[in-house]
Amino acid sequence: MSIAATFSSPAPASDFSGEPLLEVQNLRVSFGKLQVVDGISFTLRQGEVLGIVGESGSGKSVSALALLRLLPPNAQVTADRLMLGGEDLLSAKESRYESLRGSQIAMIFQEPMTALNPVLSVGHQIVETIRRHNKVGRREARDRAVAALRRVGIPAAEQRFNEYPHQMSGGMRQRVMIAMALACGPRVLIADEPTTALDVTIQAQILELLQDLQDEYQMGTIMITHDLGVVSSFADRVLVMYAGQVVEDAPAAELFARPGHPYTEGLLASIPSSLQDVERLYAIPGSVPPPFDLPSGCRFEPRCTYSRPPCRAARPWLMPFQPHHEAACIRNHGYHFPASEEVAP
Amino acid sequence: MTPFEQSDPLLSVRALEKQFEGKGGMFGKKRAVRAVDDISFDVGRGETVGLVGESGCGKTTVGRLVLHLLEPSGGEVRFNGQNLQTLDAGVLRSMRQHMQIIFQDPLGALNPRMSVGELIMEPLVIHGVGDAVARQKRLSQLLGQVGLATYHAARFPHEFSGGQRQRICIARALALNPSFIVCDEAASALDVSIQAQILNLLQDLKHELGLTYLFISHDLGVIRHISDRVAVMYLGKIVEIGTKHEIFDTPQHPYTVALLRSAPSRNRGKTRYAAIKGDLPNPANPPSGCRFHTRCPIAQPICKQQEPPLAETAAGQRAACHFPGTLAP
Ligand SMILES: Nc1ncnc2c1ncn2[C@@H]1O[C@H](COP(=O)(O)OP(=O)(O)OP(=O)(O)O)[C@@H](O)[C@H]1O
Ligand SMILES: [Mg+2]
Repeated sequence: MSIAATFSSPAPASDFSGEPLLEVQNLRVSFGKLQVVDGISFTLRQGEVLGIVGESGSGKSVSALALLRLLPPNAQVTADRLMLGGEDLLSAKESRYESLRGSQIAMIFQEPMTALNPVLSVGHQIVETIRRHNKVGRREARDRAVAALRRVGIPAAEQRFNEYPHQMSGGMRQRVMIAMALACGPRVLIADEPTTALDVTIQAQILELLQDLQDEYQMGTIMITHDLGVVSSFADRVLVMYAGQVVEDAPAAELFARPGHPYTEGLLASIPSSLQDVERLYAIPGSVPPPFDLPSGCRFEPRCTYSRPPCRAARPWLMPFQPHHEAACIRNHGYHFPASEEVAP
Repeated sequence: MTPFEQSDPLLSVRALEKQFEGKGGMFGKKRAVRAVDDISFDVGRGETVGLVGESGCGKTTVGRLVLHLLEPSGGEVRFNGQNLQTLDAGVLRSMRQHMQIIFQDPLGALNPRMSVGELIMEPLVIHGVGDAVARQKRLSQLLGQVGLATYHAARFPHEFSGGQRQRICIARALALNPSFIVCDEAASALDVSIQAQILNLLQDLKHELGLTYLFISHDLGVIRHISDRVAVMYLGKIVEIGTKHEIFDTPQHPYTVALLRSAPSRNRGKTRYAAIKGDLPNPANPPSGCRFHTRCPIAQPICKQQEPPLAETAAGQRAACHFPGTLAP
């Protein structure tokens, strides 16, 4: 059992008090001998936006793809618990997963071209998605698809319906992908770097659209990004990933005001802000260790300014730091590991 | 002195223009793209000028034009008072030693079959600087300056991380003791923790070696951090230019305001975005009058007809807008 379940009080951190939509406990992914996601756990509720931040290779995308069972066959995925609205996903058959994807849980990607078929018109693709999951006729599916395109802010939706992905700008393609993802009213939306490839003003448009849709449909949303600014403006709760692990789990405002892990603290100090001047940036020394060369103790220890010998002794798991706020760092506990049953994954 | 004129600048750009042949249109007609259209600015000695804007606005083209890696279609570039266009090839070649560029993609810029030592010494070899012993000495000095170790010289680029590769590119750019470096998205492809290391390194080198930078980036945080003065570009034009504080604290052009509002910030907490509408127009077919009028929240009829000049505003900086300072940041 994770320390999250042991320690955090039953009330969730935010006011999202409904039934959990998605419950993930101790999700692990490896490719052969390489463990790239090492025991992540979280609960997502209706209307909640969970941000997952971390640098390149920290395991954000692999975690998301594992939830959707979209990883290649050479990936080994295990979890203690994986529930979607009360349904056990671990025992779900592939056919069941196929119908869940799109209708219950949908994903949007950084590069829409990877998700869109280049030889089919965008309207056709949305119609297909709608008809795959609903017993509706062509006409009705078409009407719904046009409405979806309109809802995501595509001007002249009737005409654009017949366009191919390559005829559209990056921002418009991203809108199409959002329309496709939401066409069947999924309860969970996973957005993996949905605005990273876009220009600043277009990024703001897409984030504004996602905020509107979030307010209207109250999905449970997972927003994956390396941009702490995006997370801060968008998320209710944040997981910070480092080298395949969650090192901090906190309400968004808390995370920025009182980071509980030295890595989070370092990240915050290393980003130049457009709102204020700093004389010199803090630069976390060194670089992220590759998955085949991970330290046996705390994975951040070799780069950590607060490191002490006990940090190398064992790997810290998430421990309580503030109410509803956990960090995988023993410094918050006087450089002592809490009793063993509390730190076991 | 106006915001774009510096006394005795290191680099001086006037009415710079670059057109690219467009792709063949529907009836085989070619439409020229004005990637850079009538741009003027100075970079003072020891100064860092930031160039910010969205994709296709012409930032990279400006960077290449000022180094004469591209032939301008009009206007002039003066370096150290000399007009690059009128120099003969030999003089231009030796002038080039003083002007270097660092790109976004360090791997693309490094020949994979050359060792790091060979890569860093290559400019010295090409320009016939020093003998083998002197070059070896210079190599260890450069490696030290960019935070690499002497034993790294024998390794190959693929053995390094993205941040280390950028250090290799920086060492290579420094080899000939340049006074001016164009940094084109030099830290943009890197993870934030590594980006901070590279930005700090560039600032340290600037102070140690008295360098002057033209720093190109789409990242407003990075631009604010690194620049003394900032030029904002939109569709081939500078729409606003001023000191960093003029641009970030009292922006006068509505596009600058839109950019600043769009930048996600961790300092503001959960906030709603209020983005400006519309897509970026096709640079091959820019809107009439003020190029920003199709997306501008304060556009008036005149904006569609008349192109506003880049003129001094009440706030001090220059902005190309008929109604500068109207849109509050
Ligand atoms: N199909 C695969 N086979 C083997 N290793 C893989 C595969 N996909 C991902 N990995 C590895 O898994 C680790 C986590 O990758 P992941 O794509 O989840 O990172 P990320 O956090 O999404 O990074 P980014 O910010 O760059 O998108 C990396 O070390 C990556 O190289
Ligand atoms: Mg990813």
